[in-house]
Amino acid sequence: MPVPAGRAGHQLWIAGSFPAAAGGWKAGGQAGRQGGSGALRRCGREAAGMASVVLSEAEKLYIVHGVQEDLRVDGRGCEDYRCAEVETDVVSNTSGSARVKLGETDILVGIKAEMGTPKLEKPDEGYLEFFVDCSSNSPELEGRGGEELGTDIANTLYRVFSCENSVDLKSLCINPKEHCWVLYVDVLLLECGGNIFDAISIAVKAALFNTRIPKVRVLEDEEGTKEIELSDDPYDCIRLNIDEVPCIVTLSKIGYRHVVDATLQEEACSLASLLISVTSKGAITSMKKVGKGSLDPESIFEMMETGQRVGKSLHIALQKILDEEENLGTSRPKVGFLG
Amino acid sequence: MAAVTMRLPAARAPLDSSALRGGEKHLVAPGDTITTDTGYMRGHGTYVEDDKLIASVAGVVERVNKLVCVRALKARYNGEIGDIVVGRITEVQQKRWKVETNSRLDSVLLLSSINLPGGELRRKSAEDELAMRDYLQEGDLISAEVQSIFSDGAVSLHTRSLKYGKLAQGVLVQVSPSLVKRQKTHFHDLPCGASVILGNNGFIWIYPTPEQKDDEAGGYTANLEPVPLSDREVISRLRNCIMALVAHKIMLFDTSILYCYEASLPHQIKDILKPEVTEEIVLEARQRLLDSEG
Repeated sequence: MPVPAGRAGHQLWIAGSFPAAAGGWKAGGQAGRQGGSGALRRCGREAAGMASVVLSEAEKLYIVHGVQEDLRVDGRGCEDYRCAEVETDVVSNTSGSARVKLGETDILVGIKAEMGTPKLEKPDEGYLEFFVDCSSNSPELEGRGGEELGTDIANTLYRVFSCENSVDLKSLCINPKEHCWVLYVDVLLLECGGNIFDAISIAVKAALFNTRIPKVRVLEDEEGTKEIELSDDPYDCIRLNIDEVPCIVTLSKIGYRHVVDATLQEEACSLASLLISVTSKGAITSMKKVGKGSLDPESIFEMMETGQRVGKSLHIALQKILDEEENLGTSRPKVGFLG
Repeated sequence: MAAVTMRLPAARAPLDSSALRGGEKHLVAPGDTITTDTGYMRGHGTYVEDDKLIASVAGVVERVNKLVCVRALKARYNGEIGDIVVGRITEVQQKRWKVETNSRLDSVLLLSSINLPGGELRRKSAEDELAMRDYLQEGDLISAEVQSIFSDGAVSLHTRSLKYGKLAQGVLVQVSPSLVKRQKTHFHDLPCGASVILGNNGFIWIYPTPEQKDDEAGGYTANLEPVPLSDREVISRLRNCIMALVAHKIMLFDTSILYCYEASLPHQIKDILKPEVTEEIVLEARQRLLDSEG
């Protein structure tokens, strides 16, 4: 089980038993920096080097009271997402790409399909490899600093996609035991504005939708050597079915309630968060707890329910926008990075 | 009920420039030639290469007699004496605090430049130095005035007035310093029910209007009672309106914020940040501003 490569610190376990979701693990606590005196001062999730913002006690109190009354600083309710902008096919030399802007958070995902050998334990399936790069954010995340956060996110993505039916890996097989398609998913964190896991999972799903893998044929001649032939038509390709691809919903506990899609300021007030990956049908495929605070089992159940509900709306909205983009076809005005 | 909205990105169309007054502005990007005439003196933001005056920042060309300079559109805050700033304490040092004000260097707040709680006026002693953290800690927000500027450009602040001091509950919005209009006063009590401090450094503080002006507090006691929901709505709406104005690069001052607030009343608070609603509100506010200027 991949353990997040964080600083040596506390491992927080949730008291009491609760039914672990398929493929989930119980708790992943991460060390946080101990601040000065004051209960509110200890608030603040600092997961493995994530750039966080400093707030005064009174500001945090304002945010916490606002969440209690279901009116956040920007007027949203506790279960509302910020307006997201999704665009696919932004990078031309990839098999599939997507860019997602969720408020201030900006994520770019590129997927390259390359041929490789299947894994020994799964000879008739292809596989996905995730790489996350966070160096374009702040100076503290350049070079080695961003590695912790990057490995953390990559491990979470591996966990989310470890569920068998999220992506149809058998369709990525060309020759059992010999050749298969490997999808290298590169995630670029362009700007961190809070709630990066959700934005990354939306971008990965959109990029998988956009991925076009060329169709290949295996030709076998008399001696038994196999040759792989690429079809001549560049538009002849296979698309992936993304109906079962899960999306991550991050629920941050602020005070006695939990919010969805926290901004950087709200993350600084949150003691603990729950990352839930939900499929479009509402099935939870994995769960992870981050933060140095503890979560009551009751609130975990509530958060799971909220996560399922919000996750379903998220999938509906994303599918709608992807279909709309698909229908526009070539007449879609490409905005890209200079819009 | 969960509300998730997604949209396709749209290229930002500039607001109709028919209302551009004051003639055409000469906008340049880094590397653009400003002039090939050698008779000009080069100011900030320019350099000479091959007998040509070239811009080194992206901004507007300003010419005063023979001096040509380029004023950058997005730059760090350059302190000037008398400016009101809102800053966040980053460090507590021996006899001073380091304050972050979105400038090139951290600003300095000397222990001798603050007002003690209760409005005492005395020389700060060694006990005061040890008790510095009781007054202002890391992360606290203060409103202060620029007292002087050091030779390296760092700004020295002071809070020697009862209207400055530690800020309590509210919302901070960070914008570019060039968008805050210079006015006689930067502390405004808006009629809609909230107060706002427009810091010259681009930090804007929105807070609920205090009921009575308590002078004896001296600005250090923070009111930690929950803010009522009606005030919260006003503050959230103001915050979204300011973000809308910033998105369209409208100068921020009390009238523009107020007009934008009034134009946004028919919409829900969380809808203000949607691009189409933003454009509508900002157009209406801009129209009212132009009409009022005559």
